[in-house]
Amino acid sequence: MTTQATELDPETSRRLATSGSLLVRRRQRWGWLFVSPFLLIFALFLIIPLGYAFRMSLFTSTLAAGTEFTGLANYTRAFTDPLFLEGMLRVLAYGAVMIPTQLIIAIVAALVLDTLTSWASKVTRLLIFVPYAVPVVIGALMWSFLYSPRFGPGATIFDAFGLEAPNLLGPDTIFFSLVNIVTWQWAGYYMVVIYAALRSIDPSIYEAARIDGANGLQTALRIKIPMISSSMVMVVTFALIGTLQFFTEPVVMQSIAQGSIDAAYTPNMYAFSLAFSYSQFNYASAIAFSLGILVFIGSFLFLFLTRKQSGLK
Amino acid sequence: MSTPVHTSTRRPRGKRRIGAHAFLIILAFYFVIPIWWLLVAATKDTAGLFGSPAFWFSGDFAFVENIAGLFEHQGGIYWRWLGNSFLYAFTAGAGATIVAVLAGYGFAKFRFRGSGPLFTLILGSVMVPLTALVIPTFVLLSDYGIINTPWAVILPSLLNPFGVYLMRVYTQDAIPDEIMEASRIDGAGEVRTFFTVVLPMLRPAVVTVLLLSIVVTWNNFFLPLAVLTDPELLPVTVGLNRWTALSNAGAGGEQVWNLITSGAFISIVPLILSFLFLQRYWQGGLATGAVK
Repeated sequence: MTTQATELDPETSRRLATSGSLLVRRRQRWGWLFVSPFLLIFALFLIIPLGYAFRMSLFTSTLAAGTEFTGLANYTRAFTDPLFLEGMLRVLAYGAVMIPTQLIIAIVAALVLDTLTSWASKVTRLLIFVPYAVPVVIGALMWSFLYSPRFGPGATIFDAFGLEAPNLLGPDTIFFSLVNIVTWQWAGYYMVVIYAALRSIDPSIYEAARIDGANGLQTALRIKIPMISSSMVMVVTFALIGTLQFFTEPVVMQSIAQGSIDAAYTPNMYAFSLAFSYSQFNYASAIAFSLGILVFIGSFLFLFLTRKQSGLK
Repeated sequence: MSTPVHTSTRRPRGKRRIGAHAFLIILAFYFVIPIWWLLVAATKDTAGLFGSPAFWFSGDFAFVENIAGLFEHQGGIYWRWLGNSFLYAFTAGAGATIVAVLAGYGFAKFRFRGSGPLFTLILGSVMVPLTALVIPTFVLLSDYGIINTPWAVILPSLLNPFGVYLMRVYTQDAIPDEIMEASRIDGAGEVRTFFTVVLPMLRPAVVTVLLLSIVVTWNNFFLPLAVLTDPELLPVTVGLNRWTALSNAGAGGEQVWNLITSGAFISIVPLILSFLFLQRYWQGGLATGAVK
């Protein structure tokens, strides 16, 4: 990613060669020292739990036989478990709708904000970002109130026209209701990231484009978007990882949209309820790991396919 | 777009400005309306929540009564929750930031063996699903008897790989090697160089990482939901969700809709205010992450 391209003159490199190795070794030790507190936490709360979860996933515990080693049996079970597979397909469907929606809103908003310098545009930029500062739980609570046929404004508005309000919490509509919550919560964050990338483009390029006769739309599509493609890749990667792990919003909506969201609605919810409602820690770990493998494959594929845009190897 | 050529330099631009501003107003409206709704709802009693227009105040202003209600309901447990959220977010946020600043500096300015693959591994850990961590963390913390204590939330929250990434990128740009060399030549050790020369120059990034780390812990739901069962220890997110579930399922006595809305409103004010006041910092910080 970053190469320190320092050209050394012959004199310096000769000096470095003679006194270097000791200095370099001492520097290396300091590097490790600075990094070590993080590494300790990384080991304690990531590596060890992951290793432990993997170990758990290889065992099966039953009342009759106790805990016994069953190898990859839990994984075969997971990848043939309709509840897990349906949940997986569901989060993929969410990703297919949610990620483009958020990305388009974020890009259009960032492009428009980038062309304006008025105070109104500054205020808007802040307002669009505000949902990011709202906890996901509270965001989902607010929207579920707004969707609710009992308190929501929807009911009042439709009543006024003598129509029956659509049930936004029913099994068919809950999908879009959830898409809306996630878009509301995250589009502003993505917008700020993309906006920052747009600001870092050297404006003299626009001048050149204008002289060549490009209009605003052409500048946006042919110059700005290609130049921010690496931030877009970053945004989509985050959105993808987040969507495959969909959890908090459906959990919060569960009690309000009764019957529309079951305990295996997403793979994360399924693993959570297996572990904490049914104490099936072994199988829950296998589900969590299977999800992790799919997240890894998904993000890796995406980064591989977009390697040109992102500038990564 | 049939404007004659000779006026084209001015008029479309003016029109576009109006169009752009109209677009922005609609967008701002969409992003703010739920929060406006919550503000209005926080001033209503339960009857008002059901019986008055959703986006405007009802006749009687019940905000003070709602606050009093938050002090009375279940012995004022709401304020415990809020206090817990502050405790968890600030301890974990400060800890995660200290660790991230040190690690970011180490990765940015020292080439040690294995640093490249190690950094990739840390970045890759963002992909690990929360359940894959929370389930074993729960089991391990139970084994060590610190489940259902504040530590069960604070310790795992110290892990913030994204903070390390931001600090590394920022440090690389903000600290020239020459400055560190100069300080070393002046006889300062590595520790003094870090505290007197490097750290002051990293201040904007430190504020950003601190703010983002606090937000992550403040917003956390999954981990406290799994590792805390004592109602006295819950953070406000899990607590309010519990009230909502009870109100949806329960009989009249357990329905505390007015307390949920006013409690939710109070709980989002501190973070929104800190984002507004510290915007210079986080905007710069997110920009650093975006451009690399």
